Amino acid sequence: MHLGVSESMRECEYSQISTRSSTPMETPYKKRTPKKKKWESFPGRNKFYCDGRIMMAKQTGVFYLTLVLILVTCGLFFTFDCPFLAQHLTPVIPVIGGVLFMFVLGTLLRTSFSDPGVLPRATADEAADLERQIDVANGSTGYRPPPRTKEVVINGQTVKLKYCFTCKIFRPPRASHCSLCDNCVERFDHHCPWVGNCVGRRNYRFFYMFILSLSFLTIFIFAFVITHIILRSHRSGFLNALKDSPASVLEVVVCFFSVWSIVGLSGFHTYLISSNQTTNEDIKGSWSSKRGKDNYNPYSHGNIFTNCCAALCGPLPPSLIDRRGFIQSDAPQLAPPTNGITMYGATQSQQSHMCDQDQCIQSTKFVLQAAATPLLQQQSSEPVILTASPENGGSLPGRTSLTLGGPCTSLPLSQPTPPTSTPSLSCHEATDMLPIHGHSHTHNHSHPLQEPVAHHHFLTPEEMPSPPGMLPCGSPLGHSHTVQAGFYNPASQDSLHEDSVRGLVKLSSV
Amino acid sequence: MAETHSLQDMRQQAAVAAKVFIQRDYTNGTVCQFQTKFPSELETRIDKQQFEETVRTLNNLYAEAEKLGSQSYIEGCLACLTAYTVFLCMETHYEKVLKKIAKYIQEQNDKIYTPRGLLLTDPIERGLRVVEVTIFEDRSLTR
Repeated sequence: MHLGVSESMRECEYSQISTRSSTPMETPYKKRTPKKKKWESFPGRNKFYCDGRIMMAKQTGVFYLTLVLILVTCGLFFTFDCPFLAQHLTPVIPVIGGVLFMFVLGTLLRTSFSDPGVLPRATADEAADLERQIDVANGSTGYRPPPRTKEVVINGQTVKLKYCFTCKIFRPPRASHCSLCDNCVERFDHHCPWVGNCVGRRNYRFFYMFILSLSFLTIFIFAFVITHIILRSHRSGFLNALKDSPASVLEVVVCFFSVWSIVGLSGFHTYLISSNQTTNEDIKGSWSSKRGKDNYNPYSHGNIFTNCCAALCGPLPPSLIDRRGFIQSDAPQLAPPTNGITMYGATQSQQSHMCDQDQCIQSTKFVLQAAATPLLQQQSSEPVILTASPENGGSLPGRTSLTLGGPCTSLPLSQPTPPTSTPSLSCHEATDMLPIHGHSHTHNHSHPLQEPVAHHHFLTPEEMPSPPGMLPCGSPLGHSHTVQAGFYNPASQDSLHEDSVRGLVKLSSV
Repeated sequence: MAETHSLQDMRQQAAVAAKVFIQRDYTNGTVCQFQTKFPSELETRIDKQQFEETVRTLNNLYAEAEKLGSQSYIEGCLACLTAYTVFLCMETHYEKVLKKIAKYIQEQNDKIYTPRGLLLTDPIERGLRVVEVTIFEDRSLTR
């Protein structure tokens, strides 16, 4: 009977994989061969540990720094200050300190290791269906596809849903594509290098509790170390006190500098939670009344209490990416990602070794590639480029002349597109710090068109000094698009032309 | 014999004629809801009312999963107090509802969709983006 079935299969030109898997003889054999788990071929730029249970961003250097700072400071506190304080004041102090410390560590690890709410990429069928719908909707004129946005009215406000070319989906509202992790994340807040992960729907509450408890811990340690030094100096003089307890000096210094940023950040996020906004939305001023009289936040529940409860105690959605599930052999969606990984691997090494000469060569390549393809309607495509590659982050050369009026050209304040570049800034700085960075950015680069070049140098987080958040301006995606450009599908055509323009820009700057 | 393994057989032996994707409906915000608009490709296969009923039930189930009520708050607070270790022994409310949804879809497939040469895929397998309806060729039914 099986033979009969397989013959009819051949007539229908049906894929052979399924027929083989249906035979009972095959299945026991198949079970013995090691099946790959889904996290092993995950298309995003994430690192997985403990057989897929732990998920982090690719660059985790700063996370280890955070961990070391917390552990060392608390370790010194418990070792050098607590004995004195427990003896002379009350033993409750180390207990409270211990509880705070455990809470901070717990929430930090929870934030760093959990899935922020990554949206899995579209299957090949879904992507094809969407493309078909878009073609039908737009009459499929010419070869340049029109801007891919959908408008939706949510609670009376018109919201634009953008199409993500990497994930091949229309992003849900409030979702954004993180260029560092190369994933679309639901309710994307920002990518935080300090926790080594994106902050999104599923780990925002842990992130908030982390910074809140860290503020308390920092203030606690700061206060009691000062108390310790004061008490000691009453007995043996100030300098002797410092000599007896040198670790206290280090603790005071660390806490002093941390307090301002952490407490400021906690305050900022408290405001965000009470108004039910993401860092992304706040920075872009999406729901600010300055944009229009009728502009309001459609996601807010109306009052602060409900907003807070919803953000912190609401239901926790499960992970959508099923990291530890086994890959089904007849699942077509997993085929392209494995190519994606190697591509991104290549582009990663590519951009990490970029120097001026390489940029020059790359730029020339882009220009030649673009010249080889018919560049029809280049002018009308400007809006296309903007919306078509939102995840690319960096300001597009064609638009830089227009946007340079504002101080924050490297930041997406004036543009609708790159939400991913700013969020990591706000991770460790209050919003009033942003214009300063923007200013310094424009100050350093006199030629406006050098912006994209500057972004390249900021990319590897290992290099980053104070503003680690400036990195994710999407240039790795710019390169990954060039690799994809060889496939010549409509999505890559956009990126090809965008890259050619970038190439021209780089050529002029190098 | 074909009927007992009908679901698996459908997937493996029948040729897939087309796939229809029911997209998300965002008019109520980010809550998981699917569009109840009846796709034209299914006109010949299934009754419009029945299909819309299925999607509406799914929407209600997802709304129940994400509902902000006293139960979810209690669960959230309890989880926070126990440092989320409570979820090592207990399922979240959302996960319980997802299991209910999986059962519902299985039941709908068995009763309504498979006999008509259709197959609903649980949206959770597609990242809650779409409800995938696979349309199988008519030939498979006339075996």
